[in-house]
Amino acid sequence: MPERTADDGYDIERIRADFPALSLEVGGNPLVFLDSAASAQKPRAVIDAMSNAYEREYANVHRGTYYLSQVATENYENARKKVASFMNAASADEIVFTRNATSAINLVASSYGRTFLKEGDEVVLSVMEHHANIVPWQLLRDATGIVIKVAPVDDDGNFLVDEFEKLLGPRTKLVAVTHVSNVLGTITPVREIIRLAHDRNIPVLLDGAQGIVHEGVDVQDLDVDFYVFTGHKLYGPTGIGVLYAKADILDKMPPYEGGGDMIATVTFEKTTYREPPARFEAGTPPIVEAVGLDAAIDYVTAVGLDKIAAHEKKLLDYAMKRLAGVEGLKVVGTAQHKAGIVSFTFGDVHAHDVATIIDSAGVAVRAGHHCAQPLMERFGVDSTSRASFAMYNTTAEVDALAAALERVREIFG
Amino acid sequence: MDEDLRDLYQEVILDHGKNPRNFRHPEDATCEAHGNNPLCGDRLTVYLKLGKDKVIEDAAFEGRGCAISVASASMMTDIVKGKTVAEAEELFDRFHKMCTGEDEGTGADELEDELEKLKVMSGVRQFPMRVKCATLAWHTMNAAAHGEQKATTE
Repeated sequence: MPERTADDGYDIERIRADFPALSLEVGGNPLVFLDSAASAQKPRAVIDAMSNAYEREYANVHRGTYYLSQVATENYENARKKVASFMNAASADEIVFTRNATSAINLVASSYGRTFLKEGDEVVLSVMEHHANIVPWQLLRDATGIVIKVAPVDDDGNFLVDEFEKLLGPRTKLVAVTHVSNVLGTITPVREIIRLAHDRNIPVLLDGAQGIVHEGVDVQDLDVDFYVFTGHKLYGPTGIGVLYAKADILDKMPPYEGGGDMIATVTFEKTTYREPPARFEAGTPPIVEAVGLDAAIDYVTAVGLDKIAAHEKKLLDYAMKRLAGVEGLKVVGTAQHKAGIVSFTFGDVHAHDVATIIDSAGVAVRAGHHCAQPLMERFGVDSTSRASFAMYNTTAEVDALAAALERVREIFG
Repeated sequence: MDEDLRDLYQEVILDHGKNPRNFRHPEDATCEAHGNNPLCGDRLTVYLKLGKDKVIEDAAFEGRGCAISVASASMMTDIVKGKTVAEAEELFDRFHKMCTGEDEGTGADELEDELEKLKVMSGVRQFPMRVKCATLAWHTMNAAAHGEQKATTE
């Protein structure tokens, strides 16, 4: 999809050339990939780094005394340092590698939750949460009798700070909210949320699965207690996620899973555990995935997170304007602070029919409830189509989406 | 326009999708089941009135979903009316094979007319992700007929 290099020096053509998948064709049409909020495509640098790790630097980590194991261990631990620096964590020991963002939240709910939350204690979520930041707390509720409270949004999808503050009470023991909504694109006012919670000594967990991609994060500046994200939405591989938690909190948390690598000594009578983060990484970790994540962070850092954010904002503004001109299309989620995610309904045509029809033009969008059923209910829709923008998308692709939607009208009249 | 797409969204299907037949809750239904496609959130309830010898005297449905799932439920409720549960099951089996592109095999010839009508849905075979939309109503009908309350396409 040709587009001139923008005046801002953002070389979109060069970036696109770095992503092999973007030159694919679907049904004779160039792929228009607008589903990066589900999972982003990978730059060649990530693919090469992982191939190289498998071909030349692969062995299990933290065990062998031989050369390859040392190299693999260094690579794995360097990835941890890279993540720490990317998030501006105070120490790499505050970075726990998990399977994905979901498993990071489950780790907190299980380890921290079962230790520090008691019956009647309250956890405040928002109505925008992905199921990954709802269900772990419900499991905790079933196990311990905690109470879940839900902060609302207005009809545009703006997070209502005042309403949120009203939910904070003497029994509130944790706030767990999304940084950026995967459906509405709403950027939550995390700074205010953290301030209000910390005023009452309540720790805060941010689900950064979308947030770190579109906004980046500085965990020390935010003073956030827990921050989770997943590698594959950040142009890295699947199978690796990150839990950041402040060192003093991680220190107090008991192990989540038991196994090798997380123990200090084991006898059948008693086992002692290692310090964090090893305490939370039982078993062989995602070794090569860590290398891939490291390369992904290098890649986005080289392009520049702020430049990516500016590019996505440009796409969002263009899309909101362009799609407003498509008859019958209604955007769900028009918050003031919004990242490059556009959910929409199209007349009374179901999102799955929309997605199938525009797929025939090569346009890939997500259709459904986006793992956020309570939010769908809040907005009175069963499902939406969702276009999400990444560093490699173009305004021409927004036009392709709009043109493909005309096919839907042709068929459904 | 893409031929597969035209085949999927034929006029008959669009009509059933927009103006579903038997879209109601019969007071005298003897059994019902809720169908749920957890991946996309399509939900529907199928109501059956079973008479003597397990003849389906009435079939109806309510719910929400995409054009394919609503059209399929609409056509199904029309077609299974007057059939026995065993016949409806055989139709489901052969319809399912039709949708997945498997050999439908041969069965009772007296169902040929019904299968001919259902052929309009067979365009779904070019869209593997949408087969569940076409079969949700049938799974749900099957559950209702066997006294189960819930069906899922999982």
